Amino acid sequence: MISLQHLHFSYRKGRPVLDDVSLSLRPGRIYGLLGRNGAGKSSLLYNICGLLFPQSGKSEVIGFDPSKREPSFLQQIYLLPEVFRLPDMDIAQYLQLFTPFYPAFDHSGFHQYLEVFEIPRNHQLSALSHGQQKKVLIAFAIATRAKVLLMDEPTNGLDIPSKHQFRKVIAGSLAEDQCMIISTHQVKDLDSLIDEVIIMDGTHVILQEPVTRITEKLSFRHVMSLEETEAPLYTEGALKGYAVVAVNRRQEHSRLDMEMFFNAVLLEKKSILPLFKQ
Amino acid sequence: MEFNHTQAIYLQIADFVCDQVQLQHWLPEGKVPSVRELAVTLEVNPNTIMRSYEFLQQQGIIYTKRGMGYFVSADAIKKITAMRKEQFVQEELPQFFRRMFLLGIELDELKGRYEKYKQRQIKA
Repeated sequence: MISLQHLHFSYRKGRPVLDDVSLSLRPGRIYGLLGRNGAGKSSLLYNICGLLFPQSGKSEVIGFDPSKREPSFLQQIYLLPEVFRLPDMDIAQYLQLFTPFYPAFDHSGFHQYLEVFEIPRNHQLSALSHGQQKKVLIAFAIATRAKVLLMDEPTNGLDIPSKHQFRKVIAGSLAEDQCMIISTHQVKDLDSLIDEVIIMDGTHVILQEPVTRITEKLSFRHVMSLEETEAPLYTEGALKGYAVVAVNRRQEHSRLDMEMFFNAVLLEKKSILPLFKQ
Repeated sequence: MEFNHTQAIYLQIADFVCDQVQLQHWLPEGKVPSVRELAVTLEVNPNTIMRSYEFLQQQGIIYTKRGMGYFVSADAIKKITAMRKEQFVQEELPQFFRRMFLLGIELDELKGRYEKYKQRQIKA
């Protein structure tokens, strides 16, 4: 559904942001895009939707070359940016202005999401709080029924109940022919939604693996002392004992601690990444 | 539903389904919530629910009718009990024995307590 091959991108010469990035993403799945600040997550999303053009490499998204920005492509892809500014109008006017770009737009879905998010109707968008505006935009994004839905830090600025609402709405809307990419630092908000993890580090995609394969290879445990565990790859001190990432030798079915996995991959690249190359 | 941090989510969901069946909230031959419904309720990826349902189907606890979704098997309660008994023997009992051993408790000491516990359960 999304295929990127050897993508190179830089804003300025000699300062690569994406260096030989290749990805292949399938429909019906939610991808979690993780990386430190400045690792190139947003630039990658912008390259996928045709907001930025790669200097070299080949990209194909739902059968289109994004950099050609063909209307039939743009109708099927939506980017929810991290930073946004909504125009000074009410929701009805906003819909009137922007839904014609998305022929598959689901009006009843949109209003249903607004209800879930408890957004008051008939308000000027500018009279809503930032978090409420973000929720309007999230509702709009999902209601476009775009085949490719890119969300840059969607839970930033949402309060705790809204994060629950967000998970419900996403869990209920993912379609079989749809691919979602969510970039995030707030891994804990979203880890129950993510099928597959993509980790970027220093201009590269260093890992793309389904959650199921990660927990096949690695086991995530809490232990009282480090002697209790064999083959630890990475440990963090916890309130009682240690949280450990270890090689999964006994076919345990542990739960992926995505935040710890992310830290582990960045700090112990040499011991963890080869496990996934087998 | 609060997920714990140790066990894979799909197994915790399978456990939740087994609870519903054992408690007879979901009845034998009754329909199980659709993948999407349960995904929304539990706020997890629908693919994870799918994995739980496939697992339960392998265990013979639920079955699928084409185009109609999943249903609780007629003998689901029996199967769950057998599965959980096996789990108890494999996973919980060794830990229980370890505690007993560390505290120097003999099985005979527990017998009376267990009998009393059973009687209280029957009365309640």
